[in-house]
Amino acid sequence: MKSIIQMTAGLALAATVASAEDVAPADVVYEEYGEVTASLTGIAGDPENGIVVMTSRGKGNCIACHEVTALADYPFHGEVGPMLDGVGGYRSEAELRGIVANAKHTFPDTMMPAFYKTSGYIRPGDAFTGKAGEEPLPPLLTAQEIEDVVAYLQTLTD
Amino acid sequence: IALAASTAVADESAELVINGETEIVTRADAPAHLDGALSEVTSGWLYRSDETQAMQMDDFDNPGMLAVEDAMVAWGTAEGTENKSCADCHGAAEEGMAGVRATYPKWNDNAEEVRTLAMQINACRTENMGAEEWKYDGGDMLAMEGLISYAGRGDTINVAIDGPAQAMWEQGRDMYYTRTGQLELSCANCHEQNYGNMIRADHLSQGQINGFPTYRLKNAKLNGVHSRFKGCVRDTRAETYAVGSEDFIALELYVASRGNGLSVEGPSVRN
Ligand code: HEC
Ligand code: HEC
Ligand code: HEC
Repeated sequence: MKSIIQMTAGLALAATVASAEDVAPADVVYEEYGEVTASLTGIAGDPENGIVVMTSRGKGNCIACHEVTALADYPFHGEVGPMLDGVGGYRSEAELRGIVANAKHTFPDTMMPAFYKTSGYIRPGDAFTGKAGEEPLPPLLTAQEIEDVVAYLQTLTD
Repeated sequence: IALAASTAVADESAELVINGETEIVTRADAPAHLDGALSEVTSGWLYRSDETQAMQMDDFDNPGMLAVEDAMVAWGTAEGTENKSCADCHGAAEEGMAGVRATYPKWNDNAEEVRTLAMQINACRTENMGAEEWKYDGGDMLAMEGLISYAGRGDTINVAIDGPAQAMWEQGRDMYYTRTGQLELSCANCHEQNYGNMIRADHLSQGQINGFPTYRLKNAKLNGVHSRFKGCVRDTRAETYAVGSEDFIALELYVASRGNGLSVEGPSVRN
């Protein structure tokens, strides 16, 4: 369990930078079950762009692993992760934000990649070139893209 | 589930018999050294579409056989300062190379190293023929590996993992389970935990190498084991290892041993 001091310090930070700039990946505060309470940007997520992020190979490519009935128009959904239909109904916004930012806090050892993380990798590469990359790497998604995906996931209520 | 199932066109219960005569084992009990990680080992052929499966069932339809024919010519062609051909020392490929492919990579006592088939072919070229090395995973090399696989087709994979090869095998096993790159994925994440599942448009197999070299429809040529590994590691957004490197030799030894019990299938056909 995270110490109270860490948690409050992190929350305070999130609150003060919210309107000015994004919470940096290393400063995101994950609660006991991996939830992230505060918005990473302070700007409401755009669910339409969330769809773009979820379905684009160069962005989240979430459907590579997850099936989403509402995204059936975008071909080829994977079976590696659970189906996401209804996930906005049984997961809170904070849980969803934590799972998308770094699901390993919620599901230790999960195969789901951490989308808002920049260091601590084994043989980090420079995107898909196969060449070495230097940490900190750019996170797979920006803070606003995470907010956009979270906003979209919240629309999946049945 | 319904949507994903409709995109998976593979018939995982099909049986592979080549030219109506050579029976290929595509499912076998997992070898003991997998410690129960898999109950059964399966050939990548099972996960391909009906059309791709069919191409491998008849040598006339298998485009990889064209490279094998080229290699038959190379087999009989004298080269190098010794002016010798493979045939001069090994006789007809079908006989001289029977049983060979199934045991590679393997420890070579004289050289005191684990040798892949490619390394052994190059050793014969440089030491026994006085000829130039072939490029690792280059066209000439893969064609010759295709011929040697063809000569041993149907043999049961039986790669030794003990004795002096053991340290390298352990290195390969560690690599197999290490989560690399920004996506933090290991070989096991995809090929042990998710074989049979779709990952986007790809139907995941166990990533076995009993079918190598494989003719891929995607690039219309024979493909080598290390080049395939390189692609998979790159797809984890990691720094890859080099084709022919010690790391990939170790990984090849380990992955080959995971297929003990399956048949040699090369040259196989994949998408
Ligand atoms: C490489 C595979 C993979 C990718 C890519 C992936 N996920 Fe996941 N995801 C998983 C797995 C596996 C789980 C199940 C968690 C576990 O390991 O127990 C999961 C779980 C989840 C859950 C929790 C579902 C529940 O029932 O509670 C959500 C929400 C989620 N993923 C959203 C996403 C989003 C959004 C993206 C893209 C930005 C994404 N995933 C990309 C594999 C993936
Ligand atoms: C001058 C003789 C000579 C020539 C020419 C020659 N080889 Fe060899 N080859 C050998 C000998 C001797 C061995 C056994 C070496 C050893 O075990 O260290 C061998 C071993 C092999 C093996 C391993 C067999 C096993 O059971 O592990 C392969 C594969 C092979 N040769 C392929 C080739 C190919 C392909 C060519 C031509 C490109 C070739 N050789 C040319 C002498 C030759
Ligand atoms: C992100 C998922 C993923 C990871 C991680 C991954 N692979 Fe693959 N691999 C694939 C896909 C997709 C294919 C093509 C479909 C198939 O045959 O499984 C493939 C194919 C292969 C094949 C060809 C199998 C055949 O029958 O021709 C081999 C061999 C292989 N992988 C080995 C590996 C090894 C070794 C590693 C680790 C270094 C690895 N893969 C990591 C996704 C992955």
